[in-house]
Amino acid sequence: MKPFDYVRPATVSEAVVAAARPGAAYLAAGTNLLDLMKGNISRPDRLVDVTHLDGLDAIETLPDGSLRIGALVSNADLAHDPAFAKTYPAVAEALLSGASAQLRNAATVGGNLLQRTRCAYFYDTASRCNKREAGSGCDAREGESRGHAVLGWSDSCIATHPSDFCVPLVALDAVVEIEGRGGRREIALDELHRLPGNSPERESALEPGDLVVAVRLPPAARGFAAHARYLKVRDRTSYAFAVVSAAAALRIENGKVAEARIALGGVAAKPWRARAAEDVLRGVAPTADAFQEAAWRALTDAKPSGDNAFKIELARRIVVRALRLAAAGTPARLPALPASPFASTSGAIHA
Amino acid sequence: MNHSISLTVNGARRDFVLDDPRVTLLDLLRERLHLTGTKKGCDRGQCGACTILVDGKRINSCLALAISHDGADILTIEGVARGDQLHPVQAAFIAHDGFQCGFCTPGQIMSAIGMMQEAQAGNDPERIRECMSGNLCRCGAYAGIVDAVLEAQGQMDESNQRRSA
Amino acid sequence: MPELNLTSAPAHLRHGSNIGQPLTRRDGVLKVTGQATYAADNHPPGMLFAVIAVSGIAHGRVVSLDVAAAKRHPGVVDVMTPDHKPQLAIDPEIKTNPFVFRMETLQSNEVRYANQPIAVVIAETLEAATEGAALLAPRYETLPPLVGLDAGESFVPPVVGVGNPTENHLGDVEAGLASAEKRIDATYETPPQYHNAMEPHAIVVQWDGDRLSVDMPTQGLMLSLARIAELFGIAHDKIHIRSPFLGGGFGSKGLMGGPPVLGIMAAKLVGRPIKLVLRREQMYGPVGHRAPTRQRLRIGADSEGRLTALDHHARTVSSMFDDFYEPAADASHTLYAAPAIRTSHDAVRVNTGTPLFMRAPGEATGSIALESAIDEMAWACGMDPLAFRLKNYAEVEPISGKPFSSKALRACYEQGAARFGWAKRSPQPRQMRDDAGLLVGWGMGTATFPALMFQAEARAAIRRDGSGVMEIGAHDMGQGAWTALAQIAADAVGLDIDRVTFKAGTSDLPDAGIAGGSAHTATAGAAIHSAGAAVIAKLADLATGDERSPLFGAGNTGVIARDGRLIRRDDESRGESYAEILARAGVAEVEARGTGAPNPAAMEEYAMHAHGAVFAEVKVDPELGQIRVTRMVGAFAAGRIVNPRMVQSQLFGGMIWGMSFALHEEAITDRRTGRIMNANLGEYHVPVNADVPPLDVITVEEQDPHVNTLGIKGVGEIGITGSAGAVANAVWHATGVRVRRFPIRIEDLLTQL
Repeated sequence: MKPFDYVRPATVSEAVVAAARPGAAYLAAGTNLLDLMKGNISRPDRLVDVTHLDGLDAIETLPDGSLRIGALVSNADLAHDPAFAKTYPAVAEALLSGASAQLRNAATVGGNLLQRTRCAYFYDTASRCNKREAGSGCDAREGESRGHAVLGWSDSCIATHPSDFCVPLVALDAVVEIEGRGGRREIALDELHRLPGNSPERESALEPGDLVVAVRLPPAARGFAAHARYLKVRDRTSYAFAVVSAAAALRIENGKVAEARIALGGVAAKPWRARAAEDVLRGVAPTADAFQEAAWRALTDAKPSGDNAFKIELARRIVVRALRLAAAGTPARLPALPASPFASTSGAIHA
Repeated sequence: MNHSISLTVNGARRDFVLDDPRVTLLDLLRERLHLTGTKKGCDRGQCGACTILVDGKRINSCLALAISHDGADILTIEGVARGDQLHPVQAAFIAHDGFQCGFCTPGQIMSAIGMMQEAQAGNDPERIRECMSGNLCRCGAYAGIVDAVLEAQGQMDESNQRRSA
Repeated sequence: MPELNLTSAPAHLRHGSNIGQPLTRRDGVLKVTGQATYAADNHPPGMLFAVIAVSGIAHGRVVSLDVAAAKRHPGVVDVMTPDHKPQLAIDPEIKTNPFVFRMETLQSNEVRYANQPIAVVIAETLEAATEGAALLAPRYETLPPLVGLDAGESFVPPVVGVGNPTENHLGDVEAGLASAEKRIDATYETPPQYHNAMEPHAIVVQWDGDRLSVDMPTQGLMLSLARIAELFGIAHDKIHIRSPFLGGGFGSKGLMGGPPVLGIMAAKLVGRPIKLVLRREQMYGPVGHRAPTRQRLRIGADSEGRLTALDHHARTVSSMFDDFYEPAADASHTLYAAPAIRTSHDAVRVNTGTPLFMRAPGEATGSIALESAIDEMAWACGMDPLAFRLKNYAEVEPISGKPFSSKALRACYEQGAARFGWAKRSPQPRQMRDDAGLLVGWGMGTATFPALMFQAEARAAIRRDGSGVMEIGAHDMGQGAWTALAQIAADAVGLDIDRVTFKAGTSDLPDAGIAGGSAHTATAGAAIHSAGAAVIAKLADLATGDERSPLFGAGNTGVIARDGRLIRRDDESRGESYAEILARAGVAEVEARGTGAPNPAAMEEYAMHAHGAVFAEVKVDPELGQIRVTRMVGAFAAGRIVNPRMVQSQLFGGMIWGMSFALHEEAITDRRTGRIMNANLGEYHVPVNADVPPLDVITVEEQDPHVNTLGIKGVGEIGITGSAGAVANAVWHATGVRVRRFPIRIEDLLTQL
């Protein structure tokens, strides 16, 4: 690990100034950053420790019915907040399907949004990676690419975004509050992460010094509590990144889908909102055929970036299943194996 | 640059000067405080051998900078027993053979204690398995680990009942 | 030197002290309190930290290292490179005996595999040494690496495993296949796997003149000591190795590898104590692995389902610079009777660290292919997999024709099947579902592992106070040597276990041989048993030859040792305590040595193997293809069981390794660079707690008078064999999809579901 200056600002504005300098990075829990620093993937000169800042660790309901989650709230505290889990069950389920209990205790909401890809070539400093070193090339493209993107990738980069949390958040139109050199601003979470194009090294819409201070769920996000699930297919039962995952949230009125939200994880450089698929479901009965049609639409633009054609078919099936589970209703208690296909309750698959 | 920090480690306050901000809690405990019960299995948050409790919560100490945890209250495996009196989780690990080589064991035990305090798994074996999945055991002592946690949880439930009765 | 102070488990957890009792671990308190000292837990005064830098390429040459940059980093003391290192006494490339493997000790700039050590940075702190290694920024001259099972011309190695013939024959396989009513011809692939013991390889070294003190996990204290002695040109008695606890070994800590040698060299270079610990990613190269295989099985059966021929060929790899060939096809030597059997191997060389022994080397890889093929054959014959195996039960060892020293496999099949409920299995695949609609599959596999014996020595003593001492340089890597061997020792000297000081784990004790081949308890146990008998005989001589003793004239075969007393065999009311005998004789202690060794006559006459039957249930999501093992039952017959609690744990562990083999483990190598792309525990998947279902182990009673003095066959490795195939066969039974490439992945099932 490269030596660095350690700075502990007293206020958010001090933090922004300290982190705007080249070579600076924010440190929250460090569960991703320290891993990257130990692997020499990130070599910051200065760490700006935001963990001691006041006012960033609250979960609060705003007068308009929005929920504001401070950037320093831990993944575990958020998922285990009873009111949160009841109102946004798919988000809680996604959180609890990610990483391990130890990591969830440490990892923060803001950090989760900004975690880097798990592409093995990004992590392997002996390999070329355009994301790690702009313009160096992409060894993943012709390499071991089973886990790579099937949507939104480019020849420069086929990496995926690893977050589970972001998948239902993006489905629920979450908004990110950012403090920057120009003051406070906010953008849709869907706008936070960038697709690679020709500049995969630019991963987000953040500018130097920008600090994510909160994530907000708009009032409409509450409307899906009764029919919201997150489903994640993994290579082992727990403590593994998604091969493919999906969040599905439905508002069902009079036996028809009034509104659907669908997002996919593990398929692209960002959590992938499938708006075209949502449109298919608006105003129709929640039937297997409708779900199939939606799944088909969600993956219309998908194409393999390597040895990963199976992920397209898998993603279709996950969308169908997630919709079916959501339609069946949010379980009263989060399953023992959150988001796992093996969390299925009786008859879930034949439903 | 030197940084003065203070930590409470296993109940005792420790003040010291950190000459290097790169030191993780794990390396601080092992290489500087010589509390070597906490183990380094992967150093990347992928195995759980370094699990400790920080302010009552289980975390991977390999991915925590010591300097960032100035003021924290830390519990390691060395601070779990009261003298010769083993913690119920420790005793249950022995009784149920919840380990073989023992290298992941301090992390497993700290994780189990942290999990019981989180009160999310209760006495449901499936939830315990899921909630203990951040601790790898290459010897494959998982069955004993789950049985040990169930026994310790049962004892804790019993003593809580007695206390409230 | 610190004496290892073992704390007993609390008394209420104890169930007795003799062989066969399920004692809890005697090192249990140390392990649950963090007091068990593993190598990397040591901190001699003045110690420096050494960190290895490894190669980023798999083939070529290091052209330059920025040593100056590393040395400029505050705290860096020195950088050891091929140009700057202490000389070894002999060329480490010379193989002085069959258990010596070539290692990287900075002897040249040549790179033969990815993750090969290319320098060592020594610093005052771990942080400085680690960053120093990163600053070396090596430049390479890169040559194209050889990667994979088709990397080059294949050749037939001279031997496979440790001295096994490359080919074995019985009868005419082609004729047997030609005459068969049913045939299968199937090819299976297994990936490279890495031991990944939880404890990374570590060494703490202190030189004091020409004396060397080493803390290092090793499964072979004496082999390591001898290798260090020859490499550094020092006498055996100048070297002291402590290895009281291994944080797992699984074969990767059996033989001296390069990294600990580099630690010893580094300490010599700087003249200060050194701690060197491998980083997890560095364990994917210089410390051995299980080689990949491609195995072709051709099997024929007659109209009754009797095998007419079994042909098992395995392709494997070795490194560019040394020879270890995974003896995968040998798995077909012992299990199934057939008039014609042929096993053969070939290999290619690739740019990899040398493959080595990994838990059940050959047996594990061969077993998953053989058990899959037997399952396929049973289906082809329209028979239940268990009935098919019973139909082809080997009453004698098939190729050699030798009788088995004991073989309770039929009982394993019966008891395992009964416990599992096998009789309710649907014969057709893809017929069973659970309430949720998940596909359910049941599969089985036969387990087998040879009952081996190595050489060991032990020293026993009875002290004036009537207590006993047993000393043996044995190794506890989790199997429970501190407990099981102490139980044998207590019986051997006729004392309660708490009255015996049991010493193990250091190189100044008698040679216990290697902890491998599932033979450690048997070998060390035999030595302990014999040393105990010898010391009791000496004690008996003192008593029976002394007319003041109530045992006078009984002769040393006329007395029995029990509970710290010698008593007359013909009159148990007459006897006296060890303390009384020694006090009267005016002797401080009596001591004796004993040995354990294979019995060549018995080996000539009998085939010696442990056996078992494993039954597995899996559930598979019918649309998504994710697999989960939901139940496993293993019934094993492995001779005498010294400690049932620890034996169960070992067998559980083996079964989990079997599941892992079938569903999880795979090192993914970039075919262009030869680099392992998942050299970590996040992406190289081993099972987590949630992967492991309730497990059930039955140990089937088996008394074997031939295998060794104590009748022990060993249980360290057999659990993998059978289990891997059982899980794979259960996946087929759940889905109707036969996957022949392991581990079985989601995409292997997805499009066929």
